[in-house]
Amino acid sequence: MLANGPSFRLLPQLSDDNRFFWTSGQEGVLRILRCDDCHFYIHPPGPICRRCRSRHVTPQIVSGRGHVETFSINYQQWIPGSEPYAIAWVSLDEQPSVRLTTNLVDVEPDDIRVGLEVAVEFEHHEDVYIPVFRPVSVLEAS
Amino acid sequence: MSPGRTEEPLERRAVISGIGQSQIGRRLGRSDLDLTLEAGLVAIADAGLRPEDIDGLSTYPGMGSGTGGFAGPTTPEVQDALGLSLNWHDGGGEGAGQMRAVIAASLAVAAGLARHVLVYRTVSEGTAQGTGGRQGIGGTGGGGRGVPRFGGFLQWSLPYGAVSAVNWIAMVGQRRVHEFGLTREQLGQIAVNGRRNAALNPNAVYREPLSLDDYLAARMISSPLCLFDCDAPCDGSTAVVVSHRDVTPDLDHPAVHINAVGTALRGRPSWDQYEDMTTMAASDAAASMWERTELTPTDVDTAQLYDGFSMLAVVWLEALGFCGRGESGPFIEGGTAIAREGVLPLNTAGGQLSGGRLHGFGLIHEACVQLRGEGGPRQVVRPGGRAVEVAAVANGGGPIAGTMLLTRGIR
Repeated sequence: MLANGPSFRLLPQLSDDNRFFWTSGQEGVLRILRCDDCHFYIHPPGPICRRCRSRHVTPQIVSGRGHVETFSINYQQWIPGSEPYAIAWVSLDEQPSVRLTTNLVDVEPDDIRVGLEVAVEFEHHEDVYIPVFRPVSVLEAS
Repeated sequence: MSPGRTEEPLERRAVISGIGQSQIGRRLGRSDLDLTLEAGLVAIADAGLRPEDIDGLSTYPGMGSGTGGFAGPTTPEVQDALGLSLNWHDGGGEGAGQMRAVIAASLAVAAGLARHVLVYRTVSEGTAQGTGGRQGIGGTGGGGRGVPRFGGFLQWSLPYGAVSAVNWIAMVGQRRVHEFGLTREQLGQIAVNGRRNAALNPNAVYREPLSLDDYLAARMISSPLCLFDCDAPCDGSTAVVVSHRDVTPDLDHPAVHINAVGTALRGRPSWDQYEDMTTMAASDAAASMWERTELTPTDVDTAQLYDGFSMLAVVWLEALGFCGRGESGPFIEGGTAIAREGVLPLNTAGGQLSGGRLHGFGLIHEACVQLRGEGGPRQVVRPGGRAVEVAAVANGGGPIAGTMLLTRGIR
């Protein structure tokens, strides 16, 4: 079994722009900024919709379901003591152009493939809830 | 050149009139400024100039950019050290890859802001890392545990242990495995080809033979990339003099003309959000370069493509149109096409994988060496004994990309 991430997680500096993203997991949900006018999701978050340039943008709850677009098993011990772990780019089902860099949890290397269906969960560190993803097949099996 | 364009691209008013490199090594223990002055004085003399003739300075990435031997000295430091009187100077890290410093110089010359610009890129990462001086990527603020926290683009990758460019490029690589069936045997040819060429470059940091079996046996860093897919930090400075083309009759060697530059950034400027995960900004920069020239990929006699990671050279091969989209694997398989005798001699001084991480400028230097016919035992000779006339150079990876076509004489 791969580790669920590095042995030590570097954490984001929270700001008014990103706090909703990194703390939303406290409620068990993933939020992504969305344009109130054209409903386009905007990630990373910013003060304007990059499609219609509306300034009316609000964090919205999304399903937390997505697909693995690509991945890598990291073996290098950048952080001493880390066991190999899986990094992935996951596209969100609501809008696949939004991708999150993330870790895949409770997976073997052979379980991982492009197109794998995954669901979000959160790892709590200090005031931050880090979105990570688990294969849906594992969820359904349990 | 794109239909309807009637004006000559301004960069064609510029030539690379001189080139120089400092001592290059894994850990030299010399200062950035010392290395820069060594390379710079060689380049100035090579251009047939004296320091008094230099009226412009340009560098990448300039002041305040990174730590641990990454940035090199600022233009004011070099100005002061050489006692220069400047009409123009510029240093910066944003733009068309590391070569943005050369492109800026070419436009300054074309605009009449300067006549002779010394352009340099200096690294001392080998020494910095060897002495424990590498501070990594800077964080801000304080979290618990006394550990810095990270804002900006790094916040989206560092929490996941995607802490190095090799992790980000590995994602591009795995997507290529998925979409195009790229194999390790194919990818390994980038490293093997580089090492074969480095054996003929006395300044390369790794010159001992490297076989495909050696490559395949190397430990994984971040799949599908192994140790030999990653370049090595080193110490060294590369300098070029960019002059107005009206100086060329005074040179004792062929002038290297800047035919076209590629500077575009059209897709999303981040590793994980760029629309096409297999190409990224390289395709933007390459497209914008071909829009500025009558030359085509089949005119190119040698390509010096950024290989800070092998996968980036693969991306550039397709982005620049040397093979079709997704066809770089078969193109490099066996190594014949990219060898010095092949259809597209690639990274003929060893690239960064074997030549050392001179951060883009080693590739520019080698393109000039080849165009001037000064490659010695590694000099490329085209079919029929024809000299190298056109070289493509590419810098950068992911959301950072710049490319140039250089020619021997005016094309």
